[in-house]
Amino acid sequence: MEKKKTEPFLQVEDLVVRYTAGDEVIEAVNGVSFTLDRGETIGLVGETGAGKTTIVKSILRILPDVSARVESGRVVFDGQELFGLSEKQMRKIRGKQIAMIFQDPMTALNPVFTVGDQISEALRLHQKMSKKEAFTRACEMLEMVGIPPERYSEYPHQFSGGMKQRVVIAMALSCNPSLLLADEPTTALDVTIQAQVLEMMNRLKRELGTSLIMITHDLGIVAEVCDRVAVVYAGEIVEMGTREHIFDNGMHPYTEGVFDSIPSLTGDETRLKPIRGLPPNPADLPKGCKFAPRCPYATEACHANRQELREVEEGHWVRCHRERGGAGA
Amino acid sequence: MTPILEVQDLKKYFDTPRGMLHAVDGISFQLEEGKTLGVVGESGCGKSTLGRTILHLIDSTDGKIFFQGKDVTHVNAAELRKLREDMQIIFQDPFSSLNPRMTVQETIQDPLKVAKRFSKKEIEERTDAMMETVGLAERLRHSYPHELDGGRRQRVGIARALALEPKFIVCDEPVSALDVSIQAQILNLLQDLQESKHLTYMFITHDLSVVRYISDQICVMYMGQMVEMSPSKELFQNPVHPYTKALLSAILVPDIHAKRERIILKGEVSSPVEPKPGCRFAARCAYACEGCRKAQKPVEISPGHWVVCDVVTQSGTKPDDRLDHTIS
Repeated sequence: MEKKKTEPFLQVEDLVVRYTAGDEVIEAVNGVSFTLDRGETIGLVGETGAGKTTIVKSILRILPDVSARVESGRVVFDGQELFGLSEKQMRKIRGKQIAMIFQDPMTALNPVFTVGDQISEALRLHQKMSKKEAFTRACEMLEMVGIPPERYSEYPHQFSGGMKQRVVIAMALSCNPSLLLADEPTTALDVTIQAQVLEMMNRLKRELGTSLIMITHDLGIVAEVCDRVAVVYAGEIVEMGTREHIFDNGMHPYTEGVFDSIPSLTGDETRLKPIRGLPPNPADLPKGCKFAPRCPYATEACHANRQELREVEEGHWVRCHRERGGAGA
Repeated sequence: MTPILEVQDLKKYFDTPRGMLHAVDGISFQLEEGKTLGVVGESGCGKSTLGRTILHLIDSTDGKIFFQGKDVTHVNAAELRKLREDMQIIFQDPFSSLNPRMTVQETIQDPLKVAKRFSKKEIEERTDAMMETVGLAERLRHSYPHELDGGRRQRVGIARALALEPKFIVCDEPVSALDVSIQAQILNLLQDLQESKHLTYMFITHDLSVVRYISDQICVMYMGQMVEMSPSKELFQNPVHPYTKALLSAILVPDIHAKRERIILKGEVSSPVEPKPGCRFAARCAYACEGCRKAQKPVEISPGHWVVCDVVTQSGTKPDDRLDHTIS
């Protein structure tokens, strides 16, 4: 596939997603735009309910059709408009070109099939492999994620949590997808196992050149694997930039607040600085800046007007009009 | 100063189809009033079982528990009821640890009613005081758990635990289910309460940055046993046991300039079913040798810093010469 250099590998533009629950309309994603290059990793960071998972599910078009609706926006993946494709065409993309790793490996695997069969199923379907070829490839995949291929015929319940997550990763990578969507892939795992899995993902990413969208609430993971970061709050990107921009020069008060809320491993702080208040109800979002009710720097204008993303330095976007420096950090 | 809580060689075994599971296997520690003991370890290491055994939520298999100088290892129903007023627990999951059919007020009042020594008026007054203490707005009095977010639910759980003015509280992963900004609010609340009510905490968690922040003393557990215990800061500056080192090196720090060497452990934790006498970490340990097959003794390498690893404590060399992975 020949492609112009200027066109990003993945482009999400002005995505708006609503859920309806009874009479309530939940504004889950409110105009999210970002791009991703080949081989690049972007982290979507934010708290529960910020809309991170909804964003990636919209890319794959696997939102529940009854309750969720993509109101507007477009997703261009490798030159194709995903929202314009038929379900049949989409099915060819899922698993083959774009794969997803879900948060909870305990529920992502089918308990009545062996792990090996679950990996080969994808290969036979997408790569049209014979049973034998699929078996060989599935064994290779298991080996790649550090599971002895002898365990091909075992069932998910015979694996520990960390091993199950490796199986899920092996399955996602089996068809060599060019884009991987990982939704909190290590949240359910212990720290030492998390270290193993992240190291493996970093290695595979390097070897296979896969682009990755990593959803997480853990800034430690972001520091570890991401090239760029988008901080999501109440369905909007409030800050986006390179890893360096966000970690060294984070400017949005929410970004600042999240960093301040984490106990450090070296400092001598005796008291944490939490963000006051609670995230807004997505069925009743504030009219102006969505973070204003919790923001220590909010002015009247913040409550009244919606803020737009502005570029403060090249590639570093912030949805806040405050100039840094004046107010204390 | 006599410790408020002392645990001696505490054991809890579970009978499983595969044999005896040594969930907690010979844990000893002392905890002074007003202090916090952090207990860390990975899933299945026995840290929650330890907390629950101390509170008599499950019976111990062997060992002794002293509370305020009294042996409370075996207590009858009346004594247990009295003991429970002094020892409470805050659970991990604020979604499943509250009765969905009870309002905030009913949940907080429940322990007061069970205690059977408060008048109606006193119960009302205490409820008001508790709600204020934990920062729950008066308007939430008649709300049900499903109407509250995770942070508020955890506040209800804390209010319930505090209602009888206990002296000792086991906090079993109290902030793990919460988002960071809310987590910081709850940690601050727990600290304020400790100060104002002279509470003693046993803080069980797998989150190492939280444990460092909140604890005075930390006990690191692996497969039912203690591998290292140390004053909090000391443990992070000078971890000695190979498992502690690996565990601390695995923490992901939200800092892109931190240069750290990560020790990636081989294999996974298994469960201690009919374990052999030697070091349980030996199978995954880079420094394991013949000597690790025999039972290991805790050694105090500096005041209050105990390590259970013969390789480190008997080698004569400084631990860091033997174990060259250090965390800066």
